[in-house]
Amino acid sequence: MKELVSLLNVFCLLSLLAVGGGSAVLPQMEHETVSVHKWVSADDFATIYSLGQMAPGPNMTMVGLIGFKAASHDGMPGGWAFAAMVVVLLAFYLPSSFLTYAVSHIWDSFKENPWRDAVQRGMAPITVGLMLAGVYAVGKTASFNPEHSSHFNFLTISIGLAVTAWLFLNRTNPALLILLGGVVGWFFLRGI
Amino acid sequence: MENNPTCAEIFRAFFRIGVTSFGGGLVAYLRDEIVTKKNWMTPDDFLAALEIGQTLPGLNSVNVAIIAGRRLAGARGAIAAATGLVIPGAVILVILGLLYVRFRNNRDVAAALAGIAAAAVGLLLQVTLKIGAKQFLNPLDLFFVLLTFVFVGIFHVSLPVALFLIAPFAIILRRPRKEAVK
Repeated sequence: MKELVSLLNVFCLLSLLAVGGGSAVLPQMEHETVSVHKWVSADDFATIYSLGQMAPGPNMTMVGLIGFKAASHDGMPGGWAFAAMVVVLLAFYLPSSFLTYAVSHIWDSFKENPWRDAVQRGMAPITVGLMLAGVYAVGKTASFNPEHSSHFNFLTISIGLAVTAWLFLNRTNPALLILLGGVVGWFFLRGI
Repeated sequence: MENNPTCAEIFRAFFRIGVTSFGGGLVAYLRDEIVTKKNWMTPDDFLAALEIGQTLPGLNSVNVAIIAGRRLAGARGAIAAATGLVIPGAVILVILGLLYVRFRNNRDVAAALAGIAAAAVGLLLQVTLKIGAKQFLNPLDLFFVLLTFVFVGIFHVSLPVALFLIAPFAIILRRPRKEAVK
């Protein structure tokens, strides 16, 4: 029960801090769920994040799985895991949705305010910096993990950079590339 | 627009997007359904909704769904749109999550998941570079990009604190100029 309340607190705050989209809160989310509350391991976090990229719909729906994993301890009834998933999804989507719902009513009155442009232009680099921190937060487990051999890390970094380069040059559905990453991983990363 | 869809119709339309939108780029799917197929919003209205959705916290796609749903059928329309969009992915993620918990120690599955995670990092990097192209090339913006990265990514300064410390300066430096207002 205490855990559900902690999940609620953490994800409600993340919801309202997600300036410029969900990726902006990835670094904070990783820190809170892995280092502070230890709901998931760093490996779990990276995997859950990548599962979110493969599923349809908003990719941040993966936060539900963090709640699911946080409440699947030994001795906990299975229903708790689903309850935790629903709690986290509501916590993550409701606060920002309420805000959007309310503000969209009164938007027109400050659409012309010159400060709106200042806020948008000022926040843009912060959002990009947060996304970059998100790449680092997931990448330090998934791409350059010191616990893995240098051969393993070379391959994971190569897979990532190949996806980055490919997407700049071609219009491919990213979900397919991520699946392809799975096939390449299964083929080359098994033995190491 | 003229035609007022019911909540069930709104839910069905967003549910369809929630099922088929593999691989991100949700805003494009939303536009295609709401503007092109259903004619529920004009292109300008959609753009305005997207602008609000991007400015406010939360996911752009969910925020746009909330705004579109509200305009079509009030609060219940907003709920229908957002739940329709989120539920299919959540159900699929439960299945993937259960499979993950069950098979995570299998050597083949672990290797495939490592490859999947590595590819997902590449995708996130590409999206970051693409969205931030303008910011990476502007020295002042780049300073704030790196400052935010170091604060939050390296030193784990908590996000509210980092925003409170950095955002006022970033916004002040972009303040509206007198001459532009006249």
